[in-house]
Amino acid sequence: MYKLFSLKKKVCNSSAQASCTISRQVLQSPRIDGQTEKFVLFSLNRLSPNSRLLLLLNPRISGCAAMSSIARLRPAFLLLLLQFCLSVLSPALAISTGSVDGYTINGRIKIPVAIGALGKISNVKVILNGGQNVTFLRPDGYFSFHNVPAGTHLIEVSATGYFFSPVRVDVSARFPGKVQAALTENRRGLTELVLEPLREEYYYEIREPFSIMSLVKSPMGLMIGFMLVVVFLMPKLMENMDPEEMQRAQEEMRSQGVPSLANFLQPAATARSG
Amino acid sequence: MGTMLRGFLLLLSLLSITAPAFSLYEDQVGLADWHQKYIGKVKDAVFHTQKTGRKRVVVSTEENVIASLDLRHGEIFWRHVLGPNDVIDRIDIAMGKYVITLSSEGSILRAWNLPDGQMVWEAFLQGPHSSKSSLLVPASLKVDKDNVILAFGKGCLHAVSGIHGEILWKKDLEAESFEIQHMIQASGSDLIHLVGFVGSSRFDSYTIDAKRGELLKHDSAAIPGGYSGQASLVSSSTLVVMDSAGSTVTTISFQDGKVTFSQTPVSTLIEDFVGKAKLLALKLEGVFAVKTGTHTTFVRVTVEGKLEVVDKINHATAVSDVLEISENRQAFAFVHSRSNGIDLTVKLGADWNHDLLKESIKMDQERGSVQKVYINNYIRTDRSHGFRALIVMEDHSLLLVQQGAVVWSREDALASVIDVKTSELPVEKKGVSVAKVEESLFEWLQGHVLKLKGTLMLASPDDMAAIQSLRLKASGKSKMTRDHNGFRKLLIVLTKAGKVFALHTGDGRIVWSRLLNSLRQSETCENPTGLNLFPWHVPHHHALDENPSALVVSRCGPSDDALGLLSFVDTYTGKELSSSSLDHSVVQVIPLPFMDSTEQRLHLLIDASGQAHLYPKTSDALSVFRPELSNVYWYSVEAETGIIKGYALKEKASDDYSFDTRSIWSIVFPSESEKIIKTSTRKLNEVVHTQAKVVADQDAMFKYISKNLLFVATVAPKASGDIGSSTPEESWLIVYLIDTITGRILHRMTHHGAQGPVEAVVSENWVIYHYFNLRAHKYEMSVIEIYDQSRADNKDVWKLILGKHNLTSPVSSYSRPEIMTRSQSYFFTHSVKSIAVTSTAKGITSKQLLIGTVGDQVLALDKRFLDPRRSVNPTQAEKEEGIIPLTDSLPIIPQSYITHALKVEGLRGIETVPAKLESTTLIFAYGVDLFFTRFAPSRTYDSLTEDFSYALLLLTIVALVAAIFITWILSEKKELRDKWR
Repeated sequence: MYKLFSLKKKVCNSSAQASCTISRQVLQSPRIDGQTEKFVLFSLNRLSPNSRLLLLLNPRISGCAAMSSIARLRPAFLLLLLQFCLSVLSPALAISTGSVDGYTINGRIKIPVAIGALGKISNVKVILNGGQNVTFLRPDGYFSFHNVPAGTHLIEVSATGYFFSPVRVDVSARFPGKVQAALTENRRGLTELVLEPLREEYYYEIREPFSIMSLVKSPMGLMIGFMLVVVFLMPKLMENMDPEEMQRAQEEMRSQGVPSLANFLQPAATARSG
Repeated sequence: MGTMLRGFLLLLSLLSITAPAFSLYEDQVGLADWHQKYIGKVKDAVFHTQKTGRKRVVVSTEENVIASLDLRHGEIFWRHVLGPNDVIDRIDIAMGKYVITLSSEGSILRAWNLPDGQMVWEAFLQGPHSSKSSLLVPASLKVDKDNVILAFGKGCLHAVSGIHGEILWKKDLEAESFEIQHMIQASGSDLIHLVGFVGSSRFDSYTIDAKRGELLKHDSAAIPGGYSGQASLVSSSTLVVMDSAGSTVTTISFQDGKVTFSQTPVSTLIEDFVGKAKLLALKLEGVFAVKTGTHTTFVRVTVEGKLEVVDKINHATAVSDVLEISENRQAFAFVHSRSNGIDLTVKLGADWNHDLLKESIKMDQERGSVQKVYINNYIRTDRSHGFRALIVMEDHSLLLVQQGAVVWSREDALASVIDVKTSELPVEKKGVSVAKVEESLFEWLQGHVLKLKGTLMLASPDDMAAIQSLRLKASGKSKMTRDHNGFRKLLIVLTKAGKVFALHTGDGRIVWSRLLNSLRQSETCENPTGLNLFPWHVPHHHALDENPSALVVSRCGPSDDALGLLSFVDTYTGKELSSSSLDHSVVQVIPLPFMDSTEQRLHLLIDASGQAHLYPKTSDALSVFRPELSNVYWYSVEAETGIIKGYALKEKASDDYSFDTRSIWSIVFPSESEKIIKTSTRKLNEVVHTQAKVVADQDAMFKYISKNLLFVATVAPKASGDIGSSTPEESWLIVYLIDTITGRILHRMTHHGAQGPVEAVVSENWVIYHYFNLRAHKYEMSVIEIYDQSRADNKDVWKLILGKHNLTSPVSSYSRPEIMTRSQSYFFTHSVKSIAVTSTAKGITSKQLLIGTVGDQVLALDKRFLDPRRSVNPTQAEKEEGIIPLTDSLPIIPQSYITHALKVEGLRGIETVPAKLESTTLIFAYGVDLFFTRFAPSRTYDSLTEDFSYALLLLTIVALVAAIFITWILSEKKELRDKWR
């Protein structure tokens, strides 16, 4: 009701009319199958008789039928109406009683893709209890499972390219129509069964753009780098060293008997210099 | 130095953890993997051939797939695999834009958008009791400008709005067990007739106003002679039924509120008739068909109600439904198979003597008999009618026939794979090498320049395409010879249709396919079903002129005591070498690790009475087998009674090749608290490299490696249903590890508050299983590792020196070594359909789990994530060993899906085969789709990857050589300078 009044406020403000009333009526109509159907009729009067807006809400079929007696409504107003429709509807999602032995779980999947969503949404599957029931999405993202017994159930969503957390749904036999849903991955409770992907899944490695660093990091690059270090830096290091100290170090090594490259090189070097 | 090395190792191990082992660049798709889409055996088809737009045919199949196929090429436009409990009963097309499916025994009605397969609406139809279902989409019936779809299911008739899927009205027929036969719209009116039967003796007819759902009339009458369940509608007011004995045809006329019967014995219609006659389910104006043996007889019902035979065909024939080609002109087709093709005849319903079309179509391979035919017409340029026929064959293949030729065919038997084995390809012979044009040096260089461009990200899309084709060409992966790495093999696939296929691992093409004669329906074998494939004859390296062969084991019916069938197939040519019907049943087949002198593998077949039969039945095989008689043990699992029994063979043979068996142990699970839901064993051909496992701090543990390890999972009987049917307090899962030789229970563990379904995999010394934790309401995976404690003291060096170790003692199931088990559990996000583990040639490479998820993808998960030694804070030494810090759930890294962006719809199994190259394993996943890939669990450490840049290597070498020269010149100069100084 709160939303309805806020809508009223918006509509009335936008129409800038002095008085604006809202009324609610519950209608009951008999149906073919013997059950009575409840319609909630909201009427929004904007004083002038030809600009009356009627909203027919039927909680059973979770649909929203809007009738307007005039066609000359501004688009912005229509948008508001639509918004209202959806906002009133969302609590009606969830669980409704079935007549035979089970309950119906209704829910919705939101995939945040603006363009090309249609091609993707048709391949989304919603799976109850690991494959007991499988259902598909309507174009608006709604799905429903029928004839579900009371108990705690698990809903999984299979959508290529998205990671959905499984959802734990409690269908209560004592309080029909009560929904309790929670994401099992992060234990976040859901007030209504609207499922959104936790993250997108990208199945391929992304090729990193060419950079000098990647070339340097490659085995070849390391090889070249090492060579450069040895060729250009080592002589520099050797130059900075005190020649006497170096000789002492070499002798030390010799005395220790550690075979090193210098040992083998030494005779050749001395032979050459000599 | 030591710390540096440690640090380096740590870095390496960290690197290897963070990067998934399997990762693929998008342009590498299709290099090592292939994916094929199938639909399964078609059970219903509806054409959609409007003048504008694409021509398509919508089919539903026995694999529970609804698909829209391109009528020109047979490709799949879109496809949906429905849930296993949601079997499609009927399909139709409404308003030219929606495909309507009625499923789950007539309780779910869905509309799918024809162009793209998006579900438009879904209606749930409820009723008091289950019944047969029926669907009618009237073309002209409208209520408030809305098309009406009539669906009968669960004993109620529902009228559903075609645009929104709302239920307009519902009519409960209030008749218990009313089995609907037909739903007929009286032409030009809004009246709907429902005709059907109650039980086997009463005929009921209802007339209902389709606009308001009012029941206008209800007639009921008892049928003389009973009803067999077969009926054929010959006009809008006449039904022909076969009586329960199959010898009398009853014509029921239900015009104007009067139900009249007239009976005609079949023998007056067909001479020399014996046995049982069957009515074919036809919808033909004025004509019905009776099948007697292999003959099909068409009988006309005249206006006065008399029956006259119009035609008789002496072949097994499939007859299509009626097709309205123009006003008051109806056509139908019948097809029968010949030795090397099929005959298609299209007739006008009214004029029997005149054929609209008669064609003989040649087929290049044996496809068995014709099972179903659907026809569709088109207008030729000369304004005459042309016909195309969609034909379902015995081997589950689907053919489109038009103008006397097969336009396209689909091998949809591959959607129902039962078993897979691999066979090596022939060795490439010298001298007769495959003609290969050697490319010139320039082309070679050009190729590598292109590749270099690719790695430097400088390539244009055209270049990329060129690189891709070059890669494919260079790999030579589709050659018909053995390769050095063992990547090229033949996948021998046994399908439900009784057809065996050989698929090439390189590109997935069908090398040969054979519909096995022994697996076809015959008088002696009503319903043959394939069971298993085994390699029968694998020639060793020196006898390469011989072809290997495979053994196909099957039985005559679904029950355990049906007689068995054996068939031997050459795996190079696909020829059925021989086949034999057995005089005993086949419950279990044990491939023995022995071969006779002709290199045929010995197999032991266990029948339902517990006798063992040795194959091949040769004295040679017997002489090989006799000394090993006392070493043969096996076990049986009786899931219903909860008993596992172990058996051994008796020394005395009851006849030459049959052996009596004796029970040596049994484990009885209490039926009130435990119910067996899963058993799993190690793969027989798995290779384990080493028994010792080196752990941190130079310590070693010895794996308990036994080929006779059986994993058994039992649950509380209350919790054996689906998730949500039991509470955590009343459910538990108990797992056992049992030695199948002695019946010793090695380990037993209880998970309270857990339930099935359980999927498990056993390998080396560990078991990993997946189950549902009701308390956390999440799936869990647990690992159990078993270590042999009796060998643990071998670590003592002194004992080794003094010779007091038991390293040389053989591993035997008779000994009762002390064992130690370790286990750990983790959460896992998804439901799992199947778990497998990678296998490599020598068993050195580390293992990865292959998890078939509920989304029909295959995820590779490193075994190190399921290591019981994981802890929250591993020590430095443990970190070096590669132990990952403990987390409560297993990670799902999108890049490690080996199926990448593809799905293996209806995934049922994952098979892994080692390649010759140690690092690599071949993976074949099957379901409705097939997927194959090559996978390196620890990356390809023993070979260069395909995208290795040789050009870069060359460049580096050139640079190095140049550098050497430059430095040499520089040093010479410097030396000279020094000398001058």
